[in-house]
Amino acid sequence: MHESSLARPIPGPSRRTMLRGIGGAAALGAGIPLLSACGGSDTSADPKTVTLGSNASDAVPKKAFAEIYAAFKKQSGITVDVNTKDHNTFQEQINSYLQGTPDDVFHWFAGYRMQFFANKGLATPIDDVWKTIGGNFPDAMKKLSQGEDGKFYFVPLYTYPWALFYRKSVFKEKGYEVPTTWSDFIALCKQMKKDGLVPIAFGDKDAWPALGTFDQINFRTNGYDFHVELMAGKASWTDKRVRAAFDNWAEILPYHQDGAVGRTWQDAAQTLVSKKAGMYLLGTFVGQQFTDKADLDDLDFFAFPEIDPAYGQDTVEAPTDGYMLSKSPKNKSGAVKLLEFLGTPEAEQIYLKADPNVVAASTKADTSSYSPLQKKAYEMINGAKSLTQYMDRDSRPDFTSTVMQPALQKFIRDPKGVDSLLSSIERQKKTIFASS
Amino acid sequence: MSTDINAKSSEAAAVPLPSGRPPENKRVPQGHRRLLTRRDRVTLAFMAGVPTVLHVALVWFTALASIALAFTTWDGIGFDSIKWVGLDNFKELFSTNPQFWPAVEHNIVWFVVLILIPTPLGLFLAVQLDKKIRFSRVYQTAFFLPVVMSLAVIGFVWQLVYNPDTGLINSVIGANKPGHYIDWIGDPDLNLWAVLVAASWRHAGYMMILYLAGLKGVDPSLREASSLDGANEWQTFKNVIFPTLRPTNTIVLVVTIIEALRAFDLVWVFNGGAQGTELLSILVTDNIVGESSRIGYGSAIAVVLLLISLVVIIPYLVSTFRKERQA
Repeated sequence: MHESSLARPIPGPSRRTMLRGIGGAAALGAGIPLLSACGGSDTSADPKTVTLGSNASDAVPKKAFAEIYAAFKKQSGITVDVNTKDHNTFQEQINSYLQGTPDDVFHWFAGYRMQFFANKGLATPIDDVWKTIGGNFPDAMKKLSQGEDGKFYFVPLYTYPWALFYRKSVFKEKGYEVPTTWSDFIALCKQMKKDGLVPIAFGDKDAWPALGTFDQINFRTNGYDFHVELMAGKASWTDKRVRAAFDNWAEILPYHQDGAVGRTWQDAAQTLVSKKAGMYLLGTFVGQQFTDKADLDDLDFFAFPEIDPAYGQDTVEAPTDGYMLSKSPKNKSGAVKLLEFLGTPEAEQIYLKADPNVVAASTKADTSSYSPLQKKAYEMINGAKSLTQYMDRDSRPDFTSTVMQPALQKFIRDPKGVDSLLSSIERQKKTIFASS
Repeated sequence: MSTDINAKSSEAAAVPLPSGRPPENKRVPQGHRRLLTRRDRVTLAFMAGVPTVLHVALVWFTALASIALAFTTWDGIGFDSIKWVGLDNFKELFSTNPQFWPAVEHNIVWFVVLILIPTPLGLFLAVQLDKKIRFSRVYQTAFFLPVVMSLAVIGFVWQLVYNPDTGLINSVIGANKPGHYIDWIGDPDLNLWAVLVAASWRHAGYMMILYLAGLKGVDPSLREASSLDGANEWQTFKNVIFPTLRPTNTIVLVVTIIEALRAFDLVWVFNGGAQGTELLSILVTDNIVGESSRIGYGSAIAVVLLLISLVVIIPYLVSTFRKERQA
């Protein structure tokens, strides 16, 4: 049967469709360069336009950013052409994005992750911008915006501290006091457990919340400098100071919520909302889970308690988001103007009005419209001697995501195996940090 | 223009009939020569050439490039940062990576479970449905439904079922309180099995369809003959039906091996390949996707996965080709 149908001459219509198909494919082929040309250098020559790559794909920040750029246009006459990508996609593609034809200015994170791309020559130093905006920022922010070569590469916009969150009403009802020392903290955990509460809500399904917990315990136990050394791959994970931090963690681990590895941070936050948990260690964005106004007003926080009096509570974990200038911006003078504008208190205030879950990086920003929670967060950051950036922003992201995240999940499940875990981390760290 | 060629060829085809000179016009070669005009040849070259170029560039080049990259370290930034490290990546993989051996083991467990549980179940369902019982189409649709859905969607659905705090199972059996708490997603002794239930749920429907198709090909006279010989249902199945399903079984085996090796999406959305659910495909993704990636190391894992696939695929292809040559 098959043979006979092959021998038959190809009927007209099918040949025609075939040719049409080829025509279509050719048109498609021709279309590809056209499309890529659109995304490329068309708008580059225009001195009245600055392009900006944005990872602010959520509705609230997207709108807040748009308002900043509208204000900038009003002031300078320069249009900001925003190219928004999905938050996670932006992060995954940042490598090839910066090596290709990136936008003039792009969103990024302060600290090690900024330095990584600065070291690779994928960003332009902006010391001249900092001559103008330097007075607006505290020293801790300046330190966060510098590359390893001492030049500035980053303009911070907003930040948010990590702290222990709790419900004022619960503390009042049960007569709890905010603990400031390690022993007070453990006593409080014990009391909460006795009262039928989960002392510390915990969800580590996404694998990053445990990184934040480790950071807090580590810099309270060993200080800021050790945190930096450890994150930079210089200190050893088999050091007895690391072991001490893990011992402290193991001490409070029984007071954490059961089954953390299977729970998202959002679900863990719900146990605080429903008053089943007494405390929760997270960034201020935990407020997003408090959808009821009365609940949100009841939310408060305190700094992670002191462990070693030598370091007190002087370090605050405060991830900072902001902007960088790409390696060869097409409209450099316009981009510099934009960055100078973004470093002003006005720009930050526009942002904060629309997104009240974070606080301004600048000390000059007007705090009068802040909520009590924002004010407290602001004071906490302002009073800090050192700011850390949260483990995956203070260290190599490949190290934190492929080694630390699974390792800490393992520790949470089995705190007794810490010694072999630490030597395994150290072995893997050596090869990763040696690779480039 | 195409109508032009069209007219010619249809003319050629149309001429013989009325003219009534069968012997000469029956000659096929002439028709063949006419069939391939210059344009046709260009067209065919284009049709064969474009896919070949695409195939070489997208399949062979990338495969060979990742094999080459497996012996280097590269962070993906600029080609000058590629450094040759020989077998270091593999050494590290086999000795220091705590996730590698569990991942290999889980891929194997995945295969063993799929072949032992959903595959016989699919066969059982197919045999039952093949009896043309009432509402057979309804059952068929119900069992096949999971196969239509993307594995990622299945992952989301089962995640809701397994959620330790608010999920269906823990809420029903009351295992979401402190003290007696079952962490389906986080517990490394449980989560792989939890995911495998979801994977089996889908795989059974897939196998059912394959076997159903196989059963349609079984000659009804065979059944008749066996029932005339007085065989009962089980004997008929064991001695007559199952042996005729041999080609289907081969396909099922290959499909199941492929499913086990490419297992990824379900676990990725379920818990991102955390403790207990590591898979080779997830390790590859973890190392390659991201802002400062370890492309060399990730490629080394991919090469291991490739080698395992080859061990499975080559014997299959060899036996298939041998059969074809015999036929």
